[in-house]
Amino acid sequence: MNLSNMLAAIPGMSRHNSASVRTEGVWIALILMLIFAGLRYDAFLSEYNIMTFLSYNSMFVLIGLGMCFVIMTGGIDLSVGSVVALSSVVVASVSHLGIEVALPVGILVGVGAGAINAFVITKLKIVPFIATLAMMLGARGLALVISDNQSVPVSWESNFTQFGLGKAFDFLPWPIVTMLVIFAICWVLLEKFSFGRHLLSVGGNEDASKLMGLQVDRTLFSVYIISGALAGVAGVMLASGYGAGQPLEGMGWELSAIAAVVVGGTLLTGGVGSMTATLLGAILLGLIFNILNFENGLGSISFSAYWQSVIRGGFLLVVVVIQAKIINRQTMLKS
Amino acid sequence: MTITTKTAASEADTAANNSVQPILQMRNINKAFSGVSALTDASLTLMPGEVHAIIGQNGAGKSTLIKVLNGAHKLDSGDILYQGNPADFNSPHEAQVAGISTIFQEVNLIGYRSITENICLGYEPTRFGMVNWKKAHAHARSMLARFGLDLAVEKPLQDYNIAIQQLVAIARAVALNAKVVIMDEPTSSLDDKEKEVLFKVIRELQASGVAIVYVSHHLDELFQICDQVTIMRDGHTVAQHAIKDISKLQMVAAMLGRDIADFSDQTSQNAAQQPFSEVLLEVENLAGAGVLCDVSFKLHRGEILGLAGLLGAGRSEVARAIFGLDKERVKGKICVDNQQVSYDQPIDAINSKIGFCSEDRKEDGIIPQLSVRENLTLALMPKIAKNGLINETKEREIVTSFMRSLGIKASSMEQPISQLSGGNQQKVLLARWLATEPRILMLDEPTRGIDVGAKAEIQNLIKSLAKKGMTVLMISSEFEELVDGADRVIVIQAGKSVSEITSENLSENAIVQAVAHEAPRSSLTKGSAA
Amino acid sequence: MNNLALKDQQNSNIAIKNNMIIEKLKQHGTLLAFLFLILVNILITPNFLQIQTLYVNLTQVATVAIVAIGMTLVIASGGIDLSVGALMALAGTIAPLIFLSDFALMSPVLGLTLAILVAILAAAMGGLFNGFLISRYNIQPIIATLILFISGRGIAQVLTNGELQTFDHASFEFIGTGRIFGVPFQAIITIVIALSMAWVLRRSIYGRFLLAVGGNEQAAKLAGVPTAKIKMITYMICGALAGVAGIITTAINSASDANQTGQLMELDAIAAAIVGGVLLTGGKAPILGALLGACIIQLVGYTLLANGVHDAVAMIAKAIIIIAAVYMQQMKGAK
Repeated sequence: MNLSNMLAAIPGMSRHNSASVRTEGVWIALILMLIFAGLRYDAFLSEYNIMTFLSYNSMFVLIGLGMCFVIMTGGIDLSVGSVVALSSVVVASVSHLGIEVALPVGILVGVGAGAINAFVITKLKIVPFIATLAMMLGARGLALVISDNQSVPVSWESNFTQFGLGKAFDFLPWPIVTMLVIFAICWVLLEKFSFGRHLLSVGGNEDASKLMGLQVDRTLFSVYIISGALAGVAGVMLASGYGAGQPLEGMGWELSAIAAVVVGGTLLTGGVGSMTATLLGAILLGLIFNILNFENGLGSISFSAYWQSVIRGGFLLVVVVIQAKIINRQTMLKS
Repeated sequence: MTITTKTAASEADTAANNSVQPILQMRNINKAFSGVSALTDASLTLMPGEVHAIIGQNGAGKSTLIKVLNGAHKLDSGDILYQGNPADFNSPHEAQVAGISTIFQEVNLIGYRSITENICLGYEPTRFGMVNWKKAHAHARSMLARFGLDLAVEKPLQDYNIAIQQLVAIARAVALNAKVVIMDEPTSSLDDKEKEVLFKVIRELQASGVAIVYVSHHLDELFQICDQVTIMRDGHTVAQHAIKDISKLQMVAAMLGRDIADFSDQTSQNAAQQPFSEVLLEVENLAGAGVLCDVSFKLHRGEILGLAGLLGAGRSEVARAIFGLDKERVKGKICVDNQQVSYDQPIDAINSKIGFCSEDRKEDGIIPQLSVRENLTLALMPKIAKNGLINETKEREIVTSFMRSLGIKASSMEQPISQLSGGNQQKVLLARWLATEPRILMLDEPTRGIDVGAKAEIQNLIKSLAKKGMTVLMISSEFEELVDGADRVIVIQAGKSVSEITSENLSENAIVQAVAHEAPRSSLTKGSAA
Repeated sequence: MNNLALKDQQNSNIAIKNNMIIEKLKQHGTLLAFLFLILVNILITPNFLQIQTLYVNLTQVATVAIVAIGMTLVIASGGIDLSVGALMALAGTIAPLIFLSDFALMSPVLGLTLAILVAILAAAMGGLFNGFLISRYNIQPIIATLILFISGRGIAQVLTNGELQTFDHASFEFIGTGRIFGVPFQAIITIVIALSMAWVLRRSIYGRFLLAVGGNEQAAKLAGVPTAKIKMITYMICGALAGVAGIITTAINSASDANQTGQLMELDAIAAAIVGGVLLTGGKAPILGALLGACIIQLVGYTLLANGVHDAVAMIAKAIIIIAAVYMQQMKGAK
């Protein structure tokens, strides 16, 4: 007799709560918003708006993707906003050497910050939240020291600003290209390489992963470095897109990144996550701001830009409560 | 040569047949934790293709033995021979690589990930550096097919029940070429059908020469599946028998460290001075919480009622259910003073004058950072506070009087409780409940893990409390303690109250007989919590 | 199990003996560090021993200390509160809105009282909301308080349209700039709050329950402690104290600035609480320690500033202090 048939005959055999991230919700919300905005605002679907919107939000997508890696391991990285600022300041001061130098330097800055985070977390055994909180302060402080509290102008002679303002093939802005390429890399890394599986396993059950012989510390090291590196790239985008290294920019970005990850449906407890969902989450949050702008443009109501953080918070609230309910139900079932 | 049948295995063992070498030998293993001995001269011999049970009471050293074997703990002295060579594993992972896999009670896999990932994790087949999922899925399927399982391997493991999860863990072990598979309480959350499936898989493994260490407190099932049994007590491996040579009664006796003949028939001295008539607490058809299926009993005013049963029978769950814990998971009727009650949370039970001194001092007893004083008066707070402010004078008076009357040894009432010995911590916790002047006091293993002197003191204390009219529900795995202290004993087996032993018949022998009595196999509710 | 319990108990017995020594060293250690800082300053900082220096420092430390006290309670309960800065901004914004309203012009005393009460109440409600999410839905404190971190400031910005509200209101400004017998008023507020909270923790049933919940939630619950209620009260107090700090900040500046009030305050407060000796694992709430912690952090910043070091270096110093304090705490707790 087939054992699975035997087992399947047992009631309650298969519980229907899949562990993969359900992206339907984000997709639906996103499409509804797009339809709403497309119909309501004339310029919404214009090439200009789409390109500006995506260019601006590509920075948030990048740090969101990095954050997603970290959160999937059950950690958190509160330092990304400051690392963006630090990277932007550093690369601005080497911008005359061109993007070929500036981009690696920016990435290096991020990797350095990420490595320190990882060291403090895995070697000193300090919880990620405190470790990255300290880095949030430290990186910001360093950015301010290096820039002497001023924004650092970039060189317009070199090709540096092309990275933020130029277009590939005279069509697609470079930030969008960068975002798409990095997204693709992250996606492949997570879905296709054993590294991705291992980091999800570490987040799902660290003890079991150790038992299975996974290099837990090395995995953790990698995710904080990835998160730092992506923040570094975002810093390069910031400096080249706005023509200056901005030591005070990026405050609260870590929270937007977390919000994007969570809205995308990645569980904060680790072990489950999706790059696509994070991309969609980041775009969804950006879209709220974009729509508010258009609504104000219409003049029918006057929503100040400040509403966006209130609405973002509200969004986060809804998603987190739904998540909590799912998780609580799962633990109820398990015990 | 492969040994495939039970009889062959045990014969091989008894006949000292030189052609079959033990796959694993643990000899004179000693292990102490900061001076406290957990294993003393423990030994275990494992033949290929045998299912070897390890049994023992809570704290007998089963887990430590397993953990020494699989590399989670370093041994202090003694040696382990694996496949004839000395073995020294630094981590469970090393042991696993060498072929010793452990399947823990809480399945140590990753629920969010697919079955394939759980089987292949760490050695995924890759192509151009990328995971070759097609190959991985096929591999997983073929591993499961060996057990006749055909599952959707892409689905997350947590979509399947514990039985399947355990089989996946076994499949992983087999995939890693395990020669020894250690199973820790594998059936504790399985129902009868699932158990059968598991046994079938175990026999499959056995047939291919894998040795299985089977740790369980369900003695009945040992006779179904095991060849050999090693019995542990107080860190010693006290006996090893072929399963066919031993009865359940003998097993229980050995676990308690006694011969059957030694069990006194001496009935309890407490033969009721006066008959207890007034029912204070009545429990009817209590079920749920993972293990309970039908528990009913009455507790009379002024009585000490013992709750006996083997580990995992559901004794603590009864007390927890009465106390308003796990409310949403328990069904049945609880009456106090002939009034049906349903406490939502402990505070409700406390308010109707019930106290519950739980089994696990560290997990849900003491607050380690707080002082003896603060720990002692925690449950009493609402009574010694006025407008939210604690009456410190009164608090100190109460603490002083309890420290004196219970003989709590501490440098002062301000000493952090974590610095006290186990016995003194237990006294503080007892005092915590006594201070609330409960009508009913539930004590779960009140003397576990404390030294002999303190033990006797606490036992005497309980008796004197009852004399003063307190009603006590006492849970204990020490039958001697029950005979000595209780007026009456209810025996619980697999979540069911199966018999009642009244004071005139109350003897250790009677309890042992009742506990070891062949239980009507009931299908357990799933998802048992240990 | 039994053996393990015994082992742990033995271990903890030994560890605790060590703890006692280090504990004492460390308690004094914090104080010693403080005295050392003062000594260093006397030696190197020009004009350190002047009453003006004391006033400057007292003025600056008051708000951090008040928030750190609330944070200490929250951390002692086993949680964390990231929303304190946002709640400061909220309270700091609400108060002027009320005392500058037409109603307050008609009855100034009532208007001022109402302004202060409503502002603190709003912040307290924010805290209650945090506590509700945490105890009702089991949401991790970091995430639950993240919602108000984003939205709280947003609400404050929406209320004022992100604009600076300046005012000229002598009695309100007294909170920030007044002196009683030469002592800055907000220093008095801080000390009153610290002493009364220390007293509440020692004497009240709430204090006892708070430490029990933080020390061992399961055991506390079994002993009849209403854990959810205790947590909610704790976050509410933390919110209310953030509100007080927000009002003080507004009063010092004679203006409310929803964008700046309380920025990065959560970091300072956490740092002060940790330096003050609160255990990240809960169960200990050294209120006066938090006060001392705040003073140390303040003094480090002041020392650097007064000696001409770049002001942002203080942030890096804080980051290092946080990591060092947690690391030492963990070394101490390691068994």
